[in-house]
Amino acid sequence: MTVTLFIPCFVDSLYPGVGISMVQILERLGHRVVCPEEIACCGQPAFNSGYWPEAREVAGPVLRRLQDAEVVVIASGSCGAMLKVFYPQLFAGTPQAEAAKALSPKVWEFSSFLADKLGVTDLSARFPAKVTFHDGCHGLRELGIKTAPRRLLEKVQGLELVEMADAETCCGFGGTFSAKFPMISTAMGEVKCAGAAETGADYIVSNDSSCLMHVQGLLSRQGSPIKTLHLAEILAQR
Amino acid sequence: MTTHVQDFLAQARVVTRDLRHRGLIQTALRKYETARDRKKAAFNDWQSARQAAAETKWDAINHLDTYLAEFADKMEARGTQIHWAGNAAEAREIILGIIRSKGARSIIKSKAMTAEEIHLNDAMEKAGYEVVESDLGEFIVQLRHEPPYHIVFPAMHLTRDDINELFQKELGSASTREPEELTMIARRALRRKYITADVGITGANFAIAETGMISITENEGNARLTAALPKTLITLVGIEKVLPKLEDLALFLPMLATAGAGQTLTGYNTMYGGPRQPGECDGPEEYHVVLLDNRRTELLADPEQRDALHCIRCGACLNVCPIFKNVGGHTYGTTYSGPVGSVITPHLRGLQDWKHLSGSSSLCGACTEACPVKIDLHHHLLQNRRNAAVGEPSFFERLAYRLFAFVINRPALYRFAKEAGRLTEPLQKLIRDTPLDPARAWTGTRDLPPMPEQSFKEWWEERR
Repeated sequence: MTVTLFIPCFVDSLYPGVGISMVQILERLGHRVVCPEEIACCGQPAFNSGYWPEAREVAGPVLRRLQDAEVVVIASGSCGAMLKVFYPQLFAGTPQAEAAKALSPKVWEFSSFLADKLGVTDLSARFPAKVTFHDGCHGLRELGIKTAPRRLLEKVQGLELVEMADAETCCGFGGTFSAKFPMISTAMGEVKCAGAAETGADYIVSNDSSCLMHVQGLLSRQGSPIKTLHLAEILAQR
Repeated sequence: MTTHVQDFLAQARVVTRDLRHRGLIQTALRKYETARDRKKAAFNDWQSARQAAAETKWDAINHLDTYLAEFADKMEARGTQIHWAGNAAEAREIILGIIRSKGARSIIKSKAMTAEEIHLNDAMEKAGYEVVESDLGEFIVQLRHEPPYHIVFPAMHLTRDDINELFQKELGSASTREPEELTMIARRALRRKYITADVGITGANFAIAETGMISITENEGNARLTAALPKTLITLVGIEKVLPKLEDLALFLPMLATAGAGQTLTGYNTMYGGPRQPGECDGPEEYHVVLLDNRRTELLADPEQRDALHCIRCGACLNVCPIFKNVGGHTYGTTYSGPVGSVITPHLRGLQDWKHLSGSSSLCGACTEACPVKIDLHHHLLQNRRNAAVGEPSFFERLAYRLFAFVINRPALYRFAKEAGRLTEPLQKLIRDTPLDPARAWTGTRDLPPMPEQSFKEWWEERR
């Protein structure tokens, strides 16, 4: 099938390896990958801050460019939730309302696309390390993704998956929240990092680079040896 | 900036760094979570129970006029005097009026968040009456002259040592670390007050329309004594607390106990149907029920967020909220804290003054998942943000989002922005976490990710 890849702006500019890994995995599975250059951001920052007209300025063109896509696969549960769950709200009562509703079922977060849509969990990946998985809130609660990333990780050779306490608790990123309320965001992140450290894991893995950016930012500042990695980067390892 | 947001930020800065507080609250709430999960498992199907509860509350709230009238008629038929209070001032005046007419001097009160909402204790004390809180947690925070920390656990921020110290200072008791002894000290102080009080004041967990009854659920028996001993009883209840049928309690009482405190059922569950009836040997001679609106009808008029009136004040959303756990109950500066407080306070006390509460959330949705009556809490925070931005947009924020849209919709400009980011990265490192650093809100506590040599899109282009 032809997969339209949605690489969110911060993944594009800060974590290109995540997108590259996704392309490699999807192509290995025999799919044609397209990635329209004009699509860069889903508009979530403005939407979450309450600036819906400004969010539509970003989201409107995205919606137009994705309307003919067969499936849209996205590297982030959060941006995925924006397209799948929040676009229909954002565009309700506008001329693009129908387009937003039509797009929703075609949007897949990456791990769920592999495990649920394609039914593929074994990608012959090899990654010998101890790993704990952080559930990004939007993927978990807006999209209901809990088992897909774990089913994929279980099949990775050499990988030991250990659950941390409160894996489902927010890491404290929350988009602009992290800059508007940095003290709260940081405290939440510290709790998250402590939970992960208790497992003795080498890596914190997630299906959302935004959570990982926050967690890694704290870990680096604390001088912690724990590293963060996006799920796609592990699944692409041979 | 209003003072409310400044207070919130200042307090949050202090509390989030207080590791003793963090440890205390997390330990307490972890115990709660374990107990709650055990009790949830005792339900045949917790999710169906939530759905049933949400539907019952939907019916109650969407036919509030009918059910309130039914409730009032049934209560009046057995001699209870019903009072309708449009706002906090009216409610205070009604209650003070009753107290004055009875020539009362001392008042015993059980736990009531509605009383906190209308600042009833302040009003009664200013009018010269002695008011004593009979719930142990409320008694403790009253002695400390502070508001309840949590809507269900008012003193959860205190250790037994804190309480021991407080009792020694305020009650002159002997030092002890035993919870039982501390409870006995409070009990001895309180028993005298029950006997001498002229008026008892309670809140309500539910108001049953079908039978005209007030349902109160508690663990200490203090509300029973508050209701049964004084000659005059007053119950202050928010109009949203109405339930259509008596049998609804069969679901709501265990649900409230499970979600609120990890209990199968709360220790004491009592229904109050009216004052002492002819031939009865106990109970108050007069019973007054004050029904409080205080802008609840404005929330009722908002179809998008009307379900916030489903709230049974169980506190489950506070208990799972990572914001609450880190900033603590007092930082909010509101009667109702945590997620539900952040949703309803902007409605009850003014959107622009309290919008920061809807902003101070990562929108993680743990609250919505926990809510036993299925209030769409975290999405309501989003709607409050939208309404606040429509009402009074921030010039700079709107400009920033417009600029962002301008850049992101033009691939050449977006490429240039990424290039600029790479070129200025060494400079960013020099000014990191200084007043010159535009990213200081982030870099104060967190490192920025390094800029890669090539973005994904550049890789993609090159590959083609």
